[in-house]
Amino acid sequence: MNVLVFADNTNGTIAKAAFEAVSYGAKIASDTGGSGSIVTFGNTNSDSLNELASYGLTDIRVMPSLTNMDPMQIGSLVEAAANETGADLIIFSHDYTGKSVAPIAAAKLNAGMVSGVLDYPSTNDDFTVKKGVFSGKAFAEVKINSDKKVISLFPNSIAKTKGNAEANLIEFNAEVGAPSVIIKEFKSKGGDGILLTEAELVVSAGRGLKGPENWGMIDELAKELGAATACSRPVADIGWRPHHEHVGQTGIAIRPNLYIAAGISGAIQHLAGVNGSKVIVVINTDPEAPFFKAADYGIVGDAFEVVPKLVNAVKAFKANQA
Amino acid sequence: MNILVCISKAPDTTSKITFKDSNKTFNEDGVQFIVNPYDEWYALVRGLELKEAQGGKVTIISVGGSDYEPILRKALAIGADEAVRIDASPIDSDQVAGEISGYAKTQAFDLILCGKETIDYNGSNVGGMIAAHLNIPFISNASKLDVNVTNAHIERDMQGGTEVLEAATPAVISCAKGMAEQRIPNMRGIMAARSKPLNVLPSFGASSNTEIVSFTLPADKGSVKLIDPENAEELINLLHTEAKVI
Repeated sequence: MNVLVFADNTNGTIAKAAFEAVSYGAKIASDTGGSGSIVTFGNTNSDSLNELASYGLTDIRVMPSLTNMDPMQIGSLVEAAANETGADLIIFSHDYTGKSVAPIAAAKLNAGMVSGVLDYPSTNDDFTVKKGVFSGKAFAEVKINSDKKVISLFPNSIAKTKGNAEANLIEFNAEVGAPSVIIKEFKSKGGDGILLTEAELVVSAGRGLKGPENWGMIDELAKELGAATACSRPVADIGWRPHHEHVGQTGIAIRPNLYIAAGISGAIQHLAGVNGSKVIVVINTDPEAPFFKAADYGIVGDAFEVVPKLVNAVKAFKANQA
Repeated sequence: MNILVCISKAPDTTSKITFKDSNKTFNEDGVQFIVNPYDEWYALVRGLELKEAQGGKVTIISVGGSDYEPILRKALAIGADEAVRIDASPIDSDQVAGEISGYAKTQAFDLILCGKETIDYNGSNVGGMIAAHLNIPFISNASKLDVNVTNAHIERDMQGGTEVLEAATPAVISCAKGMAEQRIPNMRGIMAARSKPLNVLPSFGASSNTEIVSFTLPADKGSVKLIDPENAEELINLLHTEAKVI
């Protein structure tokens, strides 16, 4: 199976999710005896492309003149690269860019598409992949029947494998048509740069914190762990925390290795967004909070006492490791 | 302004999800269906606000059987002017997008709005596919939308922030939180909805490319390991030595 991976980048910095997509694509190409390549755009640099290549695919097509995330133009770029490389399987990351471009590429290529894929395809003759459905409450095995196939890989779903390789850079100038959007401005969220959707560790809090002024200890625990911060829906709705931190059925779904929830009761809609987490820690004063049923570790206690203790414990742990 | 809003039906967010026929089919018994929240709260309400400010018409469209009609009536009660149901039983987003594109090609819409995803199959595919079929701009995960004659001003969520951009209409926009506030239909709206047009059209012949082979439920978690709050430090130790996540 010939594989093409689309690697997103922001001003040349390759998205972490793209490393996973390359690792995933490289394994499928190698297992099936097919070829594999990467396509990206804009002002890339050789360091980040070499890092990308080290995840297993070295042929990287870059269209330098395409510098904006214009979904139609990037869709056309991926279509052209898929046609040139004879790709049967085109892999995106299931992040904001992937959600924007993958369906366009799929429609242009007349390819069946599965978004939010969680694992490698099954090894029988059909191409069947697993994805989350009902907002985290269930999984579906989905078979793609068309010859060409598009999938988007849910971030942090597979272990990536890094080797040593150098990128074979191929300048690729596809006919992508006129821009479909005019980008005016990018408003950065700021912060320490750990994206919630890609984070391996997440510290989250809810109404139990009683007010936005009490988030300092959550931010501190996240900072000590190198984690992203998240929150429950009520807290985002009343404006204690920004909307982009809201995880749950109507917020974003995440699958970190570790999810620590303080002062969140664990309503079914919240669990839907986080139950793909590998390990869940719940801190709540109410021993009957439903979240404990979904947790691996629990502390029945007051977040105001427990979280500062955890901050100190993480500091001590890091000092010991150093 | 002529606006088309794509409406999907979805199980209520509190629904317990179960399957039947050897886990091949979603068990709808006892499940309350709602308008997919992203379609309703953001796409439909923002469409109505734009129409109220600038004049025009809001048409809603679904691809599905007669079981879709209560959902379409609810969206009409919230304020849409007319509904279209394409009578088909789609099995994937390709097919839904193909049917809606087939209809949109026969009309002249300035905007096609949809939710950022459905809360049942979580595809987030339909909007982009429609845009590709119609060869018009697609902006996903939009949290703000204004339209000035033939130009749409949009903010979209991106990795690490928000992008401000413009696109020429007609365009397809998938709508996310921030776009509008939920509207509860009032009695007048509910009464008016009964007499608004709900046109049932035959399929445009779109086909599917994927199928769900089976469903599974997440494995049960073992019982929670409780840690004494007086000894909270122990948690960090366990996360390192036992869970191996830090």
